[in-house]
Amino acid sequence: MVDIWNGISQAVWLMLTLDPELVEIAARSLRVTVTALVVACCIALPLAAFLAVQRFRFRRAIIALLNALMGLPPVVVGLVVYVILSRSGPLGVLGLLFTPTAMIIAQTVIIVPLIASVAHQSIRDLWAEYHDLLISMNVTRWQKIRTLLWDARRALMTAALAGFGRAIGEVGAIMIVGGNIDHATRVLTTAIALETGKGEFGLALALGFVLIGLAVAVNLSIHWLGRTERGDRW
Amino acid sequence: MTRILPLVAEAVVSRRGPRVLVGPVDLSIDGPGITVVIGPNGAGKTSLLSLLHGTARLASGKIRWACPIEDARHEQAFVFQRPVMLRRSVIDNIAYPLLIRGVPKRDAMDRAHEAAKRVGLGALTRRFAPRLSGGEQQKLALARALIAKPQVLFLDEPCASLDGRAMREIEDILQIARTEGTRLILSTHDMGQARRLADDVLFLLHGKLHDGGPADTFFPSPATPQARAFLEGDIVE
Ligand SMILES: Nc1ncnc2c1ncn2[C@@H]1O[C@H](COP(=O)(O)OP(=O)(O)O)[C@@H](O)[C@H]1O
Ligand SMILES: [Mg+2]
Repeated sequence: MVDIWNGISQAVWLMLTLDPELVEIAARSLRVTVTALVVACCIALPLAAFLAVQRFRFRRAIIALLNALMGLPPVVVGLVVYVILSRSGPLGVLGLLFTPTAMIIAQTVIIVPLIASVAHQSIRDLWAEYHDLLISMNVTRWQKIRTLLWDARRALMTAALAGFGRAIGEVGAIMIVGGNIDHATRVLTTAIALETGKGEFGLALALGFVLIGLAVAVNLSIHWLGRTERGDRW
Repeated sequence: MTRILPLVAEAVVSRRGPRVLVGPVDLSIDGPGITVVIGPNGAGKTSLLSLLHGTARLASGKIRWACPIEDARHEQAFVFQRPVMLRRSVIDNIAYPLLIRGVPKRDAMDRAHEAAKRVGLGALTRRFAPRLSGGEQQKLALARALIAKPQVLFLDEPCASLDGRAMREIEDILQIARTEGTRLILSTHDMGQARRLADDVLFLLHGKLHDGGPADTFFPSPATPQARAFLEGDIVE
């Protein structure tokens, strides 16, 4: 128990003094996950809108695949990305393994299906509502997609935040492809795993509090967005 | 601007699987005025309007405008029985058709404000459109349909769920659009409204064009017993 209390007080101290190591790790976590999120949204949101408005042969199959991929264990994603990026792998020449870029790739792969799937559902509902009007107005496919993405933006933000939450808290995949290298690829989750293993509860807890803080902030935002979506102001 | 009228439909048919929803119907529409489509529920009014507008698939027959069909599509608008509100403000809804036509934003907004005022929504421009009352939504739909100055406007029972006052306001807007040169093709089940608005009448029964003609001859002396019975308010089988 004494250890734990020491750890907590040390954690508070580290946060209050903005300990450089803590700040460095938290900043890297944010940078990796925010980048992964931006990339994932650029892929997932247009894909979701396209799947909603366009009938084509493999549409149902792609939707089913996305739903299946949503449940993919991150460790497996990490393994696959590792194999692809490893020196003898197809993209080995890029030398990306054990860099933040590798972690961004892994996180992107993990959250694209989640974001696309959630976004597709809300865009599909909106499309059902708008269908007759937009067809009557003879809008182009691109205008259709833009209109749907814009008018569903609240729901899409919720989808994106869910993706962020999943990516920032993920440990298995980025441990494998990032390697948890000090001052290079160490992020909140991998550092917590390491420090806990070493018995360094102070730093581990401080990192944990930051992570919890981020998670809570994300969930509050989702909740708040969900409420304003039903209200008539935005 | 190229004229899209006359509209000529030759033996047009709309199908859903093996079922014929409407047709075969022959008709031609030209010049200014209001064509009113009447007939019992299920007669095919909605199907005919969407067929002419081009949003329902033509199973057989021909629809010809005076210009290529792609150009004609941009000169038409459609007002649905249940208005579709974009999840945007009133003013953004009204400006939408201009924006998709590439009108600069400032210009589009100015015209949308003008249009909102004309239909009596001038005070509600910032409101979220899906929260408007039924009558306000239908007025918004009208303003939105008219803003790009279509040559032909289709309206499918635009006053079906409105009270008398909202109906009168809508009819006033329609009369103005008509005098400004928009050809209106409107379905209704309200015979009072049909008499007030119609220049021409199309009477549909069982998906066929059963009767019709200029309003001043059709209403006093319809040619068929079914049309006469329908005008008198009897149930027409
Ligand atoms: N989506 C649809 N699927 C199957 N049948 C339909 C559909 N829409 C309309 N119908 C049928 O087509 C006929 C004409 O319908 P409609 O054009 O809506 O008539 P109206 O507008 O005059 O009431 C009706 O018998 C109706 O039941
Ligand atoms: Mg109808």
